[in-house]
Amino acid sequence: MGQELLQTFFATITDVLPIACIIVGFQSLVIRRPIAHPSRVGLGFFYVLVGLTFFLQGLEMAFFPIGKLMAQQLTAPEFITGLQQTSHAMKRVDWSQYYWVYVFALAIGFSTTIAEPSLLAVALKAQQVSGGVIGAWGLRIAVAIGVAMGVALGSFRIITGSPLHWYIMVGYGIVIIQTFFAPRMIIPLAYDSGGVTTSIVTVPLVAALGLGLASTVPGRNPVVDGFGLIAFASLFPIITVLAYAQISTWWAKP
Amino acid sequence: MLKAFLKTFVGSIYDLLPIVLVIGFFQFAVLQQPLPNLVEILIGSLFVLIGLTLFVQGLEMGLFPIGETLAYAFAKKGSLAWLLLFAFALGFGTTVAEPALIAVAHEAARVAAEGGVIDATEHARADYAFGLRLTVALSVGCAIFIGVLRIVRGWPIQYLIIGGYLGVIIMTFFAPQEIIGIAYDSGGVTTGTVTVPLVAALGVGLASSIRGRNPMIDGFGLIAIASLTPIIFVMAYGMIR
Repeated sequence: MGQELLQTFFATITDVLPIACIIVGFQSLVIRRPIAHPSRVGLGFFYVLVGLTFFLQGLEMAFFPIGKLMAQQLTAPEFITGLQQTSHAMKRVDWSQYYWVYVFALAIGFSTTIAEPSLLAVALKAQQVSGGVIGAWGLRIAVAIGVAMGVALGSFRIITGSPLHWYIMVGYGIVIIQTFFAPRMIIPLAYDSGGVTTSIVTVPLVAALGLGLASTVPGRNPVVDGFGLIAFASLFPIITVLAYAQISTWWAKP
Repeated sequence: MLKAFLKTFVGSIYDLLPIVLVIGFFQFAVLQQPLPNLVEILIGSLFVLIGLTLFVQGLEMGLFPIGETLAYAFAKKGSLAWLLLFAFALGFGTTVAEPALIAVAHEAARVAAEGGVIDATEHARADYAFGLRLTVALSVGCAIFIGVLRIVRGWPIQYLIIGGYLGVIIMTFFAPQEIIGIAYDSGGVTTGTVTVPLVAALGVGLASSIRGRNPMIDGFGLIAIASLTPIIFVMAYGMIR
């Protein structure tokens, strides 16, 4: 376990090293002024490194294996159609028989987003900048609902085998219409929330679900249909965050 | 100090609670199976809690201040060229080594080889994956470059994003079928856990140090552009290859 922890630590260092080099390089060559409180900032970077190491290692130990196994078990034909009629039911499975998959997609999309550190960072920043008008928890829950809906709809798409780009285009269309009506202040943040949600907690579990579905649903090809769930998960939060802002404005009006 | 740690630790418990409940519910109520190796799961959960607590502390102490300090320093220096060069370097440098991107690039090369787009040799696949990584890193570099220029000039974000989306939709009709899913996904995986807070702090810092800019309206949006340009660049890569 100690060795694995050390390995994750070195992997995290290689991830952070380019960023540190660029900052130090520009700081010393272009800006040429010392950083304020260098020891505090240095300690902060060290905390980020150690924190990410423990976080990733903990995920690997506690949640990823069981979450991935769950995605496989829930999408397995034996589970969908019941054990007794496996052999002949394999050929044709109705999309509505996958109800537990949709519930799982909703639940795993929501819960992994709440645990996502990058979203937490952006939500804290937004709360600070807006002077508390936008609450960190409100934003995170709005984003999590978006990811939940996205992953569920993405699973439905894989099961029915309909083309990805039609969904994405309709989604973009909704975002464009919402942009005209949403309060101006929320727009950049809403767009950002699409990109930050899909990170170290969400991607592995959601990808496992997508791959599980694409390889067990009859007639699906994992290399073509396995991709695309992440795209759903980063599109829908934009819609829900814009809707959240719109609803709160209507609510505030007499 | 210790008090702040404890407060963050309690916050981390709430962050983690939903995922524990979901996995618990599906394991016991739906799949009706006992938890395998409970000890490992408990230790792992503790690790996740400690890690998240340290990360949030480090965020407030290191990543947020450095992003803001850099933004103020560049605004004070008043050289747009250096600022834009820094923006590009930050976007490119943080993406090219991103582990999630390396994984996606390998997967994409496998798909391309199976689809007959490239030769099914080790060399051709490595070549394709490396090209894809460079493409995405370049696209994120351009994104931060454009995003910072936008903050300085005060352009409204929606025209950039909606224009970009329309570009994506048009390109979807011309790009090869097997690259589309990968392209759409690559927009989501590029922005890593260290990059996001840094870039958010940089944008907000710039917007609050330039007169006439609002940190809420102008400060956010860098990450949105950084998740849009990879889609366009990767589809273009699929069309050229």
